[in-house]
Amino acid sequence: MQADKGGVPAIELVDVTRRFVSPTGKNLTALRDFDMSVAQGEFAAVVGPTGCGKSTTLNLVTGLARPTSGEVRLMGAPVSGIDPRVGFVFQKDALFPWKNVIDNVMAGPLFRGKSTAEAERLAKDWLTRVGLSKFLHHYPHQLSGGMRKRVSLAQTFVNEPEILLMDEPFSALDVQTRTVMHEELLNLWSERQASVVFVTHDLEEAVALADKVYVLTAGPATVKSVYKIDLPRPRVVSEIRYDPAFVKYCRTIWDDLREEVETSYRRANEAA
Amino acid sequence: MVEAVLQSNPEYQKALADQEIEARAQRAIRKRRLAVRGWQIGIFVAIFGLWELGADTGWIDPFFYASPSAVIERLVDWAQNGTTEGSLWFNLWVTMEEALIGFVIGSITGVIVGIALGRNPMLSDILSVYIKAFNSIPRVVLAPIFIMILGLGLASKVALAFIMVFFVVFANAFQGVREADRDLIANAKILGASDWQVTRSVIVPSAMSWIFASLHISFGFAIIGAIVGEFVGARFGIGQLISIAKGTFDSAGMFAAIILVMVITLFAEWIMTLIENRLAKWRPQQSIDVQ
Repeated sequence: MQADKGGVPAIELVDVTRRFVSPTGKNLTALRDFDMSVAQGEFAAVVGPTGCGKSTTLNLVTGLARPTSGEVRLMGAPVSGIDPRVGFVFQKDALFPWKNVIDNVMAGPLFRGKSTAEAERLAKDWLTRVGLSKFLHHYPHQLSGGMRKRVSLAQTFVNEPEILLMDEPFSALDVQTRTVMHEELLNLWSERQASVVFVTHDLEEAVALADKVYVLTAGPATVKSVYKIDLPRPRVVSEIRYDPAFVKYCRTIWDDLREEVETSYRRANEAA
Repeated sequence: MVEAVLQSNPEYQKALADQEIEARAQRAIRKRRLAVRGWQIGIFVAIFGLWELGADTGWIDPFFYASPSAVIERLVDWAQNGTTEGSLWFNLWVTMEEALIGFVIGSITGVIVGIALGRNPMLSDILSVYIKAFNSIPRVVLAPIFIMILGLGLASKVALAFIMVFFVVFANAFQGVREADRDLIANAKILGASDWQVTRSVIVPSAMSWIFASLHISFGFAIIGAIVGEFVGARFGIGQLISIAKGTFDSAGMFAAIILVMVITLFAEWIMTLIENRLAKWRPQQSIDVQ
């Protein structure tokens, strides 16, 4: 369904390795020989055992981190520094606690040199879309977790990112709120048709949302397998879980993922 | 069994109207507030009553310890007739001026230098050893040097107040910058903030609570700086009054001066809290748990 518009992949990681050197000089490899390609308008999910290096892939795409070797490309051009086409939704909401809702959403356009009036118009528009037009002057601490997440989404979407990176964005929400947020995310995404990389440890979430699921190995992470999810869109996340095709995808991918989870679990136990 | 408990406890009622619950909570809050206030006043009366009583009956020597009535008498006398060094208000103003100028300059430079070094790890690594060394000097020992260099007037006291305030505010601003949430900084950067915008819209606000904590204590330090400076050498000021009182074994005068300084510092603290509450309206308010 997601047409490959220009032919050039939106996001490409080619043979990427990322090492960290700890302050004591110890070498840690987070990613090894990592290949990934997300077409324009495609929704890709990345699943893998905890601590395997899922978040590292996103940091490489934002430009906040550089690959030790290999190349990261956005729309065909290598990443150098933070790219304005990228939007990022954090695991815990990274709202500015001293700004109220509307100021939080206005931050992006203002940073990018838009006028206050223009920023306010955009922010109001996006806050209406996520259903928070009545909470413009609340501070983040006065909102529930789900509402804060909506503000985060508006804050990110207001910049109209072509590339949307999400790092376990809904993992801190309760199950009902999470399902609602899934629907909302899919609606926003289908309007914008951004290219998405969605990192999660929740396999069902990945299958419900994505066109393509990457399964990573226990760290150092590399791509173990890629699954295309051919479920029709628009999807209704709250009902899709009863779809036999959905269940089949989950079972197949879980069989693949389980080994890695077990490896990772065993290692953690050995280390402890 | 449960029935019995319910009946034996008339306080317990199954369903209270919201209004009733709120009214009870209000009453409980008021009662608690009264109790706190009552104890505060009680302790005040007890301490000063005992002091007065002790001085009157001779349990403690009024020559060394004065008495509340003597101290009040002295304050009234100073206010009406002036001190040996001229009007009380003038002396008070001299000390306040020294402390205020030192405080303002000290806290502004403290904040600026703290944030600048906090944002620049290389520079802070280089300078940290000097800052540590300088910081380990007890500030008051600098008083004689400042007086020697800058004279008996305003400048030497301002310098001392400045140096006392600067390090406290600097250390807090620096720490505040270091403690700024990494995700917030990353978020601002991805949203499109330049380095300067990150500093202004993330670093400074998140360091603000640290900075304010330091401003509270550092106004007290500014007063210490001014008064110690006056002890060492001055013509006017509260410190000078204390110094003269000491020279003439005038204990009532010393206590009177101490009380003046206390009142001023409390007043400044109160103003600071007002400003802080205004700036920090984004912070969560704690809801009160009423029994």
